[in-house]
Amino acid sequence: MKSSVITFPGSNCDRDMDVALTKFGFKNKMIWHNDQELPKSDLIVLPGGFSYGDYLRCGSMASKSKIMNSVINFAKSGGLVMGICNGFQILVEAGLVPGVLLRNKYLQFICKNVHVKVDNKENTFFKNLDKKVLEFHIAHNEGNYFCTNDQLKEIEDNNQIAIYYCDQNGNTNDQINPNGSIKNIAGIFNKEKNVLGMMPHPERMIDESLSGEDGSIFFKNLLNNIK
Amino acid sequence: MKVSAIITLKKDVLDPQGKVIHETLDGMGFNSVNEVRQGKYFEIDVKENDPKKAKDLVEDMCKKLLANLVIENYKIIETQ
Repeated sequence: MKSSVITFPGSNCDRDMDVALTKFGFKNKMIWHNDQELPKSDLIVLPGGFSYGDYLRCGSMASKSKIMNSVINFAKSGGLVMGICNGFQILVEAGLVPGVLLRNKYLQFICKNVHVKVDNKENTFFKNLDKKVLEFHIAHNEGNYFCTNDQLKEIEDNNQIAIYYCDQNGNTNDQINPNGSIKNIAGIFNKEKNVLGMMPHPERMIDESLSGEDGSIFFKNLLNNIK
Repeated sequence: MKVSAIITLKKDVLDPQGKVIHETLDGMGFNSVNEVRQGKYFEIDVKENDPKKAKDLVEDMCKKLLANLVIENYKIIETQ
């Protein structure tokens, strides 16, 4: 299975993502943001980081870069696209998933492990996952998911909420919400469920001795689903 | 000519920075503040002398890049 990770100026999780994808069997290529064409890929990943120094709004400049036309076309034709953290911010700015990511509610950069509940498994990203709650890592300043009431209704009606912040038992409530996101939303899909944006970093949980293995579970499952 | 654009957060969007500024002002003794909302101001010099065309151009910029219309409103002011 072939994957491509896009590197923007200021991306800093691109190589971690490369390590993770390669570890679990993807043939990964790194693609520079100024390229026009994507290589043949089964999965495109927009990595975390601080593209363009988070100028204007996080992800806003990167969403207009040359490669994004190809990424948008790839997504619109049904290709799998995943945006992690800054990649999620780029996806919302590109209009590939609804909503926006605001500054964290308590104005703090948050860097810690969190649990997320996987609610919808009728999609390529989470199908056949045998766990309902996963432990991932978050590191962001702008992860406070926001959308209008009309958008929220549409998102809920179409089952577009991918993951929620929760405790280790899968309970979602305000106390466990790290950043103020509406409904504890940590990740969402586009309507067709082939585009996933999420704040948590699965690529940081791929080694038991360093962090944890829930990222390994996620990537192994993803590879099997794409095969 | 120069055209300015002011980007403000929509009414229902939480503005934690504005809130902190409000609290700080309060702590400094400015007790008559009801609310503070923080926004952005752009001054754009465009190669266009027709005011209408210049404003239309900046409006297009606001819609496509400068503002995110999910959370922000924009207002365009002709400055010169």
